Amino acid sequence: MPRFESVDHLQEYRRQLAARLDPKQPQVLVCAGPGCLPMGSDEVAAAFREELQKNGLEGKVALKECGCQGLCARAVKVLLRPQEIAYQHVTPEDVPEIVEATLKNGQVVDRLIYEDPDTHDRFAYKADIPFYKGQQTVVLRKLDVIDPESLDDYLAMGGYRGLRKVLVEMSPDQVIEAVDRSGLRGRGGGGFPTGRKWRICADTLEEVKFIICNGDEGDPGAFMDRAVMEGDPHAVLEGMIIGGYAIGARRGYIYVRHEYPLAVKRLALAIDQAREAGFLGPNILRSGFGFDIKISRGAGAFVCGEETALIASMEGFIGEPSPRPPYPAQQGLFGRPTVINNVETWVNVPEIINMGADWFAAIGTENSKGTKVFSLVGAVNQTGLVEVPMGTSLRQIIYGLGGGLGPGREFKAVQTGGPSGGCIPPQFLDLSVDYDSLQSVGSIMGSGGMIVMDNTSCMVDVARYFISFLYEESCGKCTPCREGLKHLLFLLDEIIAGRGELAHLDLMEELCATMSSASICGLGQSAVNPVRSTMKYFREEYEAHIRDNKCHALVCRPLLKYTIDPETCTGCLACVRECPVGAISGIKKKVQELDQELCVKCGLCYEACQFDAVKVE
Amino acid sequence: MDAQRLDSILSRYECDPWDLIPVLQDIQDSYSYLPKEELQEVSQRLNVPLTQIFSVATFFKMFSLVPKGRHQVKVCLGTTCHLRGGTRLMESLSNRLGVEPGYTTKDMEFSLETVGCLGSCAQAPVMMVDDKYFGRTSVDKVPKILKLYK
Repeated sequence: MPRFESVDHLQEYRRQLAARLDPKQPQVLVCAGPGCLPMGSDEVAAAFREELQKNGLEGKVALKECGCQGLCARAVKVLLRPQEIAYQHVTPEDVPEIVEATLKNGQVVDRLIYEDPDTHDRFAYKADIPFYKGQQTVVLRKLDVIDPESLDDYLAMGGYRGLRKVLVEMSPDQVIEAVDRSGLRGRGGGGFPTGRKWRICADTLEEVKFIICNGDEGDPGAFMDRAVMEGDPHAVLEGMIIGGYAIGARRGYIYVRHEYPLAVKRLALAIDQAREAGFLGPNILRSGFGFDIKISRGAGAFVCGEETALIASMEGFIGEPSPRPPYPAQQGLFGRPTVINNVETWVNVPEIINMGADWFAAIGTENSKGTKVFSLVGAVNQTGLVEVPMGTSLRQIIYGLGGGLGPGREFKAVQTGGPSGGCIPPQFLDLSVDYDSLQSVGSIMGSGGMIVMDNTSCMVDVARYFISFLYEESCGKCTPCREGLKHLLFLLDEIIAGRGELAHLDLMEELCATMSSASICGLGQSAVNPVRSTMKYFREEYEAHIRDNKCHALVCRPLLKYTIDPETCTGCLACVRECPVGAISGIKKKVQELDQELCVKCGLCYEACQFDAVKVE
Repeated sequence: MDAQRLDSILSRYECDPWDLIPVLQDIQDSYSYLPKEELQEVSQRLNVPLTQIFSVATFFKMFSLVPKGRHQVKVCLGTTCHLRGGTRLMESLSNRLGVEPGYTTKDMEFSLETVGCLGSCAQAPVMMVDDKYFGRTSVDKVPKILKLYK
């Protein structure tokens, strides 16, 4: 990789790169995203490496371990270009057949292609698979094309073209104007207009300013930012450099969770490459503008996703938020004006510069522009990352792209916005997904987690889950959040244990009202959303727990009873080995008996039994 | 105190007070915990009161004031994992290892902890041993996984 001394030099290199690339060259892209990695994508890639070598194809076929290909339910996925054949559930054992049939003979391996679970339609090509139809990719555009560790790949896809454009053609003011006009709003959850934030920061009289990329994706159930940081790290850098140019900052920080070791590694590598190539440093592409980026690893605190807490922890203190104003854009890191945006927001910036503000503003709804990436998970057939224009309905996402729920499963709710969001019931399935609509039904857009729940989920348990999560994560600075969460948790535990009273529900309402109006930061203010939304839309579930001591979803342990069916029990003792309290008799080859007095209702026996002999009611 | 080891960590920094968290992270990575004497030295060198170091070390989840085991077992309790039996997975691991989450086995082989979300929600329930992810880990897969590290 040369060091680019000027924008022309970069242009010239890009031309050479394009000339060198053979669009017909066979490529094997093994998905190494957050969904495929735990299913052994590294072993599949290793098998390809070996098999290509064995067949003398290593120079002819390009093998890449790329970022997330989206359809996580079908891990491990392999995409073959240029045909765009998408294989699913690939194991190392399948690799020789793929090499032999597809790479050498141009045939499709039929048993590895997509089959629709409902219609049994089969599709070999990516573009035909319903999951990908109806998606519009801006942020995820490059993820299944490039090798995340190759700067050449990024450049070949038009990378750093946005940076070139702002350095050559645009004044900082024009950049802010373009971002403002595009209508881009913060993708981290709050939805504050990005251009306006930049303007506030640029207009301050301070000379030293900072850029921060918030990659502290703490919402459980969300992994968009992880996928982007791991799969397209240079796009994050490019967005930040453009932001630095616009507001007049010379230094940027990427704050990444330490739970994402691969994201840290890929970003660090991308920073090194960008410095070497002259995209970062004191004099970028000899334009006179200097900017550099450092990685700051989070140390494991959910509250640090809140911007003022994040800044406190970067200064060496515990992650306690502080009241706003002053906003970070006026007084942020080390007291200096700081623009802090989420990963997905930054990745949108180069695209807006390249394609123009009007192009971006034409996507989406009136007040929510562009696309949004969601991690569609839970009780839906096709789980994975999806990117859709703002304004797409929940139904289209869950049933159109996600293929609905499995047979016999009934949609109960979709949870958006993580612990700050709410549970949306079936009557709102046709709701347009944008910042304002989601808020109107008591949830929020949040960072983009979308967890589908069916009749096996208990909404009281879901509320308790989020409250207990936030109770653990509350920093403890302000009383409404610290004490409010503690008491909400207590009340929910009483209900789950069968000791609840209807009056508890009124108490919970009261607590929610105080917390949402009096907590210092977003964590406490929005912590009430999971409780409020479930109490509003699923009140009958709360009442069933309280009045009848019943959890119809069979989730809340104290209300369950486990028994062993003498007809089906084979006496294999699998349950005995799992039981932590010795509540099962344990005589081999005899029907097992469960001592109800000892049973702690953990359900381990239920899961361990291969013969469905453990019953629960 | 291992002065050389600490010096090599501190030499990567300007030793400003705001370097505290990265310095502690490096110590945690290198020692598997934050030893008391090292923290006293860090307090001196970074000019940060020991009380502040203690508050930071106990606030963030990645820090430990006692030595951790050779392998870090992390069980995801994110929303999807919670719905798909993450708690059961955690209990099964806890039974088999004989420790509660947050603790280390007597032979110092395994430390068990729970995590808010590992970001592999489509493969719930998920667990991690060191840097390796395991997806769709039903309770019956636990013995096999632990065997890999024994």
